[in-house]
Amino acid sequence: MDYLVRIIGPLLEGTGVTLQVFLISFVLSVPLGLALALVRVSRFVFVSGLVNGYIWLMRGTPLMLQMLFIYFALPFVPVIGVRLPDFPAAIVAFVLNYAAYFAEIFRAGIQSIDRGQYEGARVLGLSYAQTMRRIILPQVFKRILPPLSNETITLVKDTSLIYVLAMNDLLRAARGIVQRDFTTMPFVVAAAFYLLMTLVLTLGFQYLERKHAVYDG
Amino acid sequence: MADRMIDARGVHKRFAAVEVLRGVSLAVDKGEVVAVIGPSGSGKSTFLRCLNHLETINRGSIDIEGETLVATTADGVCRYAPDADIRRICRRMGIVFQHFNLFPHLTVLQNVIEAPITVKGLRRDEIIPRAEELLRKVGLLDRQASHPSRLSGGQKQRVAIARALAMEPDIMLFDEPTSALDPELTGEVLRTIRELAEEHMTMLVVTHEMAFAREVASRVVFMDGGEILEARRARELFAAPEHPRTRAFLQNML
Repeated sequence: MDYLVRIIGPLLEGTGVTLQVFLISFVLSVPLGLALALVRVSRFVFVSGLVNGYIWLMRGTPLMLQMLFIYFALPFVPVIGVRLPDFPAAIVAFVLNYAAYFAEIFRAGIQSIDRGQYEGARVLGLSYAQTMRRIILPQVFKRILPPLSNETITLVKDTSLIYVLAMNDLLRAARGIVQRDFTTMPFVVAAAFYLLMTLVLTLGFQYLERKHAVYDG
Repeated sequence: MADRMIDARGVHKRFAAVEVLRGVSLAVDKGEVVAVIGPSGSGKSTFLRCLNHLETINRGSIDIEGETLVATTADGVCRYAPDADIRRICRRMGIVFQHFNLFPHLTVLQNVIEAPITVKGLRRDEIIPRAEELLRKVGLLDRQASHPSRLSGGQKQRVAIARALAMEPDIMLFDEPTSALDPELTGEVLRTIRELAEEHMTMLVVTHEMAFAREVASRVVFMDGGEILEARRARELFAAPEHPRTRAFLQNML
């Protein structure tokens, strides 16, 4: 018990880093993913193709590779070359990567809405933007909650990848103590913390699903 | 001429290689109720959808209340009005679909007030009395807080009619409004449409309900193979169809 109290400090600090990376990445990547999806389903074939290529690139290479690239290789790229500190580099990598996955979730949701909804809105005089905002996206949101919840929970756990940038997230903090004290207890505590975070998210998404369950469809 | 609400001339429509409409011409005057009948695949729904730009035509012209929606020049170029004009012109027409197309995430009342608020910019307190009046008229005021999934097909279609009327259209288009309904539910929808006819709403109704067409329509149009074969006063057409295919169709239906 004393030991637990002694290691809880560094583990809580690590949890703080994990939560920061998660929250900022989540808040930025969801809107970016929605924007990408809207471009993807738009009638602008050229930019839609560009987005398609972007999604292929982001889903087709390891997230860890992307993070290493942004941190170590980006400074040497001509013109756009910029040297980012570790925290922003991690955020940029997560946002760019997860936006691609969120975009595909949004796209699937948008395309699952019946054509009659667009026609129903159009004959009432709603513009395309009004139709999207008022009619289509509210229904999309309800339908994509389960896959969105999945991806969000994965993001929590993927934040542990930032150890490659030598950042002290929850998992790296735990591993440090394990190696120092030759006990696996910190891993158990870390697992409990991850479970707690994902539990909160799960409950949050369940609440949203219940709230939207007032209508079928 | 001032009272000509719909004037379609020589409308052609092709889906890939299939010519669905082969030169359909129809004029509808103010207060007229025109029923369009004919076998499945005759192009009657497509024609109705062309009138408010849900489908684009390949040749011909359509005027709505004297304004040109689309026209074809002498050398065969089919040109639509600018987008803003199309929207303005098409807003004078309300349409009711076979499958209702209600917004499932909104309540009955919200379905009715959505477009007046979003499109016309009305305030909630301006539109709600009118919306309630419309719902009372279609007999669904007590269901205003329900979502569409809680309603029967007939109730859904009556909400769809109220929703279209909330935009105060000059013309109502009905695309097989009862075809998706159980037989015992068609009556309530047809009754609502009949009440609109009594208020002299200009209407174009694509329907398979022959009895309804005969009683309510001032004129009946028979379409087959993408053409209008016969267009006459309802009573005359049903009593003595001139075209052999009209006769064959009516014999099958009655």
